[in-house]
Amino acid sequence: MTETVTYGEYGGRYVPETLIPALDELEGGWREALADPGFEAELDQLRRSYGGRPTPLTLTERFAPGKRLYLKREDLMHTGAHKLNNALGQALLARRLGKGRIVAETGAGMHGVAAATVCARFGFECVVYMGAEDMRRQAPNVQRMHLLGAEVRPVEFGTRTLKEATSEAIRDWITNVETTHYLIGSCVGPAPYPEIVRELQAVIGREARGQFLAAEDGLPEVAIACVGGGSNAIGLFAGFLDDLDVRLVGVEAAGAASLGAGRTGVLHGSRSSLLADPDGQVLDAHSISAGLDYPGVGPEHALLRDTGRAEYVRATDDQAVAAFRRLAETEGIIPALEPAHALAKALELEEDSILVCLSGRGDKDLAEVSR
Amino acid sequence: MSGSLEARVVGESTTAVKTLAIYLMCGARTPELAEAAVEGGADIVELGFPFSDPLADGPVIRRAAERALADGMRTDACLACLGEVRGRVDVPLIPMTYASLLEAFGYERFAEEALAAGATSLIVADLPADARPDLKRVQLVAPTSSDERIALAAGGTDGWLYLVTLTGTTGAREGLSPTLASLAGRARAATEVPLYAGFGISTPADARAAVELVDGVVVGSRAVEVADLGPGALRDYVAELRAAIDAAVPV
Repeated sequence: MTETVTYGEYGGRYVPETLIPALDELEGGWREALADPGFEAELDQLRRSYGGRPTPLTLTERFAPGKRLYLKREDLMHTGAHKLNNALGQALLARRLGKGRIVAETGAGMHGVAAATVCARFGFECVVYMGAEDMRRQAPNVQRMHLLGAEVRPVEFGTRTLKEATSEAIRDWITNVETTHYLIGSCVGPAPYPEIVRELQAVIGREARGQFLAAEDGLPEVAIACVGGGSNAIGLFAGFLDDLDVRLVGVEAAGAASLGAGRTGVLHGSRSSLLADPDGQVLDAHSISAGLDYPGVGPEHALLRDTGRAEYVRATDDQAVAAFRRLAETEGIIPALEPAHALAKALELEEDSILVCLSGRGDKDLAEVSR
Repeated sequence: MSGSLEARVVGESTTAVKTLAIYLMCGARTPELAEAAVEGGADIVELGFPFSDPLADGPVIRRAAERALADGMRTDACLACLGEVRGRVDVPLIPMTYASLLEAFGYERFAEEALAAGATSLIVADLPADARPDLKRVQLVAPTSSDERIALAAGGTDGWLYLVTLTGTTGAREGLSPTLASLAGRARAATEVPLYAGFGISTPADARAAVELVDGVVVGSRAVEVADLGPGALRDYVAELRAAIDAAVPV
């Protein structure tokens, strides 16, 4: 049996038996890919020639005057968010595994768009599950997925947001496991997904570290990112985990603070910190940002919280919207509402040298912000 | 058809040789429903302890769980329901739930209190055989399970092995899954424990076809739907299933 990676007491594989062989197969394929220089070479080529990497680092002189606050510009990646880093890598993995059908869940729609994009690029069939409430508030992304040839299946039960969309994507995977790869969008889910997503997003931190060193001749005092499931944050943090002088800060939505207000539980295949009642029933999250509107979080974040290597704070909807507007007005950059949570908390930091992961662009949020 | 006539005779002479398990969601009416199911011929009653995010369940059980949770059926209330059912029927009772409830309640404490309330064993749908091996429970295997995993699950299972007939979630399907035969054959080669098949079995014909391959069947989603119509309807439905499996050719 394959040894699965856990994160202290977190992680694991809490899934119906039907999926265990598929997780073993995925784990085997992933280890083979990591050992194959051709995999990394093809991924690197795709990131550059298709994804637009490396993404730049931008100093914000008017957004945070008097500070050295840099943005890691994942919003400038193809499809407009960091999600493509993960989708490209998993598409290569799906091809190695011989799967021609992809299922994915999406909240804000950015992962759904990234999944639809790679499926168009690689010729895979693509089904994206999306909560009906999220389809309403992120309509432009639904249109994009349709244009890219994906089928978007509305999820009409429960909270009608990312939690239910994820459950439905997993149920589809259970049903079609022989032909289908589940392209999970964040560092959550059963092993080996948290590890795969983290490694595929680690390019953010790797690039940013080198770019910051080149620009400032030193490392940032703080690296800060928003946390829903936590994939852009874990990708950024991955570049600095061993730099113990760099403070790592994750920013949750106040109404979806799985780390700040959660308890240990099991959701979507892994043990982590989540919003749940004392009986283990998962609670609804609430955030203006569909991408953070999730009651769980990646297991590695729960461990980083417990060990104190990273700290997790909360921003309210109003704080996020204010930061969203401020970045647009002072820098000419419209961020997504998700990283606007990180921007809001970055402005409150005492440190001068700050790296913020601007995980995506805000076109999708215009209707929500002007509501 | 002389074959089925012979089978009927054999079936009548070895009543209840095949096992019929009926799944019901915990709720206010569950004790009387369980009693009706047993009157209809159920040998085992599985009691669903609802979870907010049941990955292994299709629409019927998912909706039943949502409703039960809205009615306040949390773990303590479900254990009380289990105790009430135990007061009414003598058959084995098996809570079926998800790891999150045990995580919150404490795995050992859950097992102890369920046992004290009258449970015979447990089923945890999202706890594969290699996770928490110390927790005694009925293990599940699926058509995707390797022979190695079937042996692992059979080795650790509590009394019988639950064969998931198909790759998918709970819920009625058209006809018996064609993948059951091969799974049953591989499980039979791996273990002596009784094999009961569940997921997708809803009609007397499905149940009868299944017990030609295995030692019993579990009927969930359709039983939950019929239970909505009341104890009388459930008793009649279970009696139809009973008659169908008693008429089947023995293994």
